[in-house]
Amino acid sequence: MVNKQGQTRLAQYYEWLTLEERRALEGEIVRKCLARNEQQCSFVEHRNYKIVYRRYASLFFLVGVDNDENELAILEFIHLLVETMDRHFGNVCELDIMFHLEKAHFMLEEMVMNGCIVETSKANILTPVQLLEKT
Amino acid sequence: MKEYIIRLVYVEMLGHDASFGYIHAVKMIHDDSLLVKRTGYLAVTLFLNEDHDLIILIVNTIQKDLKSDNYLVVCAALNAVCKLINEETIPAVLPQIVELLAHPKEAVRKKAIMALHRFYQKSSSSVSHLVSNFRKRLCDNDPGVMGATLCPLFDLITNDVNSYKDLVISFVSILKQVAERRLPKAYDYHQMPAPFIQIKLLKILALLGSSDKQASENMYTVVGDIFRKCDSSSNIGNAVLYECICCVSSIYPNHKLLESAADAISRFLKSDSHNLKYMGIDALGRLIKISPEIAEQHQLAVIDCLEDPDDTLKRKTFELLYKMTKSTNVEVIVDRMIDYMNSINDNHYKTEIASRCVELAEQFAPSNQWFIQTMNKVFEHAGDLVNIKVAHNLMRLIAEGFGEDDDTADSQLRSSAVESYLHILGEPKLPSVFLQVICWVLGEYGTADGKYSASYITGKLCDVAEAYSNDETVKAYAVTALMKIYAFEIAAGRKVDMLPECHSLMEEFLASHSTDLQQRAYELQAVIGLDAHAVESILPSDASCEDIEVDKALSFLNDYIQESIEKGAQPYIPESERTGMLNISNFRNQDHHEASSHGLRFEAYELPKQTVQARIPPASLASTELVPVPEAMYPRESYQTTTVPSVSSDAASTELKLRLDGVQKRWGRQTHFPSTSTSNSTSLKTVNGITQVDGSNTANSRTRETYDSRKQVEISPEKQKLAASLFGGPSKTEKKSATGHKSSKPSSHMVKSHAPKSSMEVASEKTSVQQPPDLLDFGEPTVKSTAPSLDPFKDLEGLLEPTTQVSSAVNHSSTAAVTKSPDIMGLYTETTAGAHHKDSDILSGLSKPPMTNMVGGTTTMQVAQSSKGPNLKDSLEKDALVRQIGVTPSSQNPNLFKDILG
Repeated sequence: MVNKQGQTRLAQYYEWLTLEERRALEGEIVRKCLARNEQQCSFVEHRNYKIVYRRYASLFFLVGVDNDENELAILEFIHLLVETMDRHFGNVCELDIMFHLEKAHFMLEEMVMNGCIVETSKANILTPVQLLEKT
Repeated sequence: MKEYIIRLVYVEMLGHDASFGYIHAVKMIHDDSLLVKRTGYLAVTLFLNEDHDLIILIVNTIQKDLKSDNYLVVCAALNAVCKLINEETIPAVLPQIVELLAHPKEAVRKKAIMALHRFYQKSSSSVSHLVSNFRKRLCDNDPGVMGATLCPLFDLITNDVNSYKDLVISFVSILKQVAERRLPKAYDYHQMPAPFIQIKLLKILALLGSSDKQASENMYTVVGDIFRKCDSSSNIGNAVLYECICCVSSIYPNHKLLESAADAISRFLKSDSHNLKYMGIDALGRLIKISPEIAEQHQLAVIDCLEDPDDTLKRKTFELLYKMTKSTNVEVIVDRMIDYMNSINDNHYKTEIASRCVELAEQFAPSNQWFIQTMNKVFEHAGDLVNIKVAHNLMRLIAEGFGEDDDTADSQLRSSAVESYLHILGEPKLPSVFLQVICWVLGEYGTADGKYSASYITGKLCDVAEAYSNDETVKAYAVTALMKIYAFEIAAGRKVDMLPECHSLMEEFLASHSTDLQQRAYELQAVIGLDAHAVESILPSDASCEDIEVDKALSFLNDYIQESIEKGAQPYIPESERTGMLNISNFRNQDHHEASSHGLRFEAYELPKQTVQARIPPASLASTELVPVPEAMYPRESYQTTTVPSVSSDAASTELKLRLDGVQKRWGRQTHFPSTSTSNSTSLKTVNGITQVDGSNTANSRTRETYDSRKQVEISPEKQKLAASLFGGPSKTEKKSATGHKSSKPSSHMVKSHAPKSSMEVASEKTSVQQPPDLLDFGEPTVKSTAPSLDPFKDLEGLLEPTTQVSSAVNHSSTAAVTKSPDIMGLYTETTAGAHHKDSDILSGLSKPPMTNMVGGTTTMQVAQSSKGPNLKDSLEKDALVRQIGVTPSSQNPNLFKDILG
């Protein structure tokens, strides 16, 4: 998750990369995606991956997938993540994610494990997060 | 504390090192507060990888937490399990996770399944007995658990389709229930019932149904239903539709489903959204394999996409074109691809598209002329990015002609190739690989049709070698080409006069630091000095396609082996069984082509190891300065450690003895090299431009081309024309299995090495026959593990002398080999760059008095071949000097090893 200035706001990897590799990869991808306009399609090829990205106001959500993934579905998955955050934070914005980074991570952890989508029900995703808050 | 840790996560996320705080994150997971513990787990999963040292501190906590009563704690621990447990620690948590599969909370069951999935990804053997659990969980009451189970099952089915055919019915019924909205409303997304589960299921069905009619028949109804129910106005609906199309194109074809798929595709393509167009193109690419006729109705849409400024879309369209290429439209498509290739800068994609061009051209080329022109273009624009094999293919194609074609067509092809290459040479800055092809072709066929004079071609070749003076491979090719042309001239009885620039070039190469170039230059000189008859037998005209037989088993050595085994020598131990020979096996890996040196290593290889181990202990006793060498250490290193201290302290008699030993062993070690090179390099080396050069191109600097500006966007009628030419003959869809040359292409590269034939072989046989006794001499002293410090040199002498008596051709090459052997030796030890000085010490040691007999032995040969320097001693010293200066011919130049090792 990256903002308009290309600053990373949230990052989660499902394959281990060193800090240097991450920085380089993020830089390359973000540069590629930020350069694209509204009309162009939301998929970018990068080396062996495809990047699916979606823009919400000032935030870019970027997901790297391998070649036989359904790009449209990933695009909608991004939207589902945003809807889920919306429900939790109430009209989510960049600041929400900055100040509640751990919660955003918890949600993502509920939804994706081992690089697969495991949970798509908003209620199921949010229950553990909300329970954590109460304790 | 929690806040600090989150700051730390930020620090790492923005790309700074925060390793100082990792330990605090680890501490946090012990915290009693749930939120803090959870954050701690989050932090460690973000900070650490599974091989980090701190993991060992975490495993214990995870074990404890997995037993917790609070399911949130268990979930947190399971999340960490998925990220941090490596292969070795799997057993520590596996039993608990299996227990958790029956946990009353669905969230826990789901995460436990995913943990098992992770273990399966890490090491499938560790959970192979638990696969049945995945099947069981598929029937879980909770749709979330069921949905999660699809992930590991998808992986399992990808790896092994047949064991899961029985699940087709279950998957179909689940999909049906999902599509009929039997799942809780919570899973709906934009009015679609659980679309992500549907997509996953469709993916699985596509796998299970591929080329399985029976399984596919079960799916038809439900997939048809989904087609009908999908709402194509929303993105997610289209995502499911797309997945349906993928499924339909993968399973056994069904006419009705194909129709609905085609409908869906046309809706995608007609849409304004680029995303949908992209999906449509992709889907079309999939469907086109089964029903090629549907492409026709979408041709204009495809052309639109091809000309779209959006790069992603364009690439996808090229992918589609690549899939629908056939012999009728290959010219248009490849031209387009090359144009596009010129317009992009991304090396990764450029390589891909270049290799596609080559593949298509090879497969569908309508004419040979066209093929060569296309290859020229590809090389010109992306020469350094294409695989070297492609260049070799092209060379062979030109050399072999096109199978069924008659000879005149072949020679026409060759002369047209020569002509086009001569033309292209005028352009500045060509890629190295392309230049190699050009040099080879010019050398082989430049003068074949008599159109161009030898001096013209040689002039051009000299220009190439001069213009690309920092590219040794190109220079090597150029020299070999020069040699061929001169040889052809001599053989044809014409008098050869070298151009002045050629002379100066040769002089430069004779003193070259590259041993490969040097050898080639000497060979050229030698060949020019020979008479027509000898030259013809060395370099017969147009013989590049003749096979040479290499007796890999070296059966002519069998008697000798038998004999030496009877005398108590150790039998040959295959290389893989010998430890510590890493260095050698590395080199061996580089030479793909010939394994013929295998046999020659029979006895010689055993020597160094034995002697080293026998001798080093006394040496280390004798001098306390010496580093004791562990037994296991492999020979090469032992030489260095033993010889260097002795040379530096240089006085005591024991040390002197040791030094001689070291020298002797070095020679003992090398014994097989002269023999290898005399027998093998003669046959493989000279004409053969192809086998030598593999893999040496990595060092080439990448030259960028200046590209033509991109093609202007065409106007509508042109578009139509293009469409027509692309889709022109959709009915002739059978992949025409190209015109003869294709079939021969992928095969036989290894078997045929393009080199001259018989005569060389005879020569090599001759030398080899004479070697056995020498080799035996070599073998014996060391096998008995006595220490006759001078013997090896006598032996070497013995080895060299007989060779002087054989025919001049052999003589020439063995000279090259002998003069080379110090280099080889140097190369061998110098793979570790730090070894220069040691090496030179030893070399200078070699040329000192005790060895003069050997030097004398070789000088007799030198006289016969006056082209070489004054004598071997000098050249050795010179070589040592060069080495001291710090030139490392090794690693830069694997070709050399190829020549010598086979």
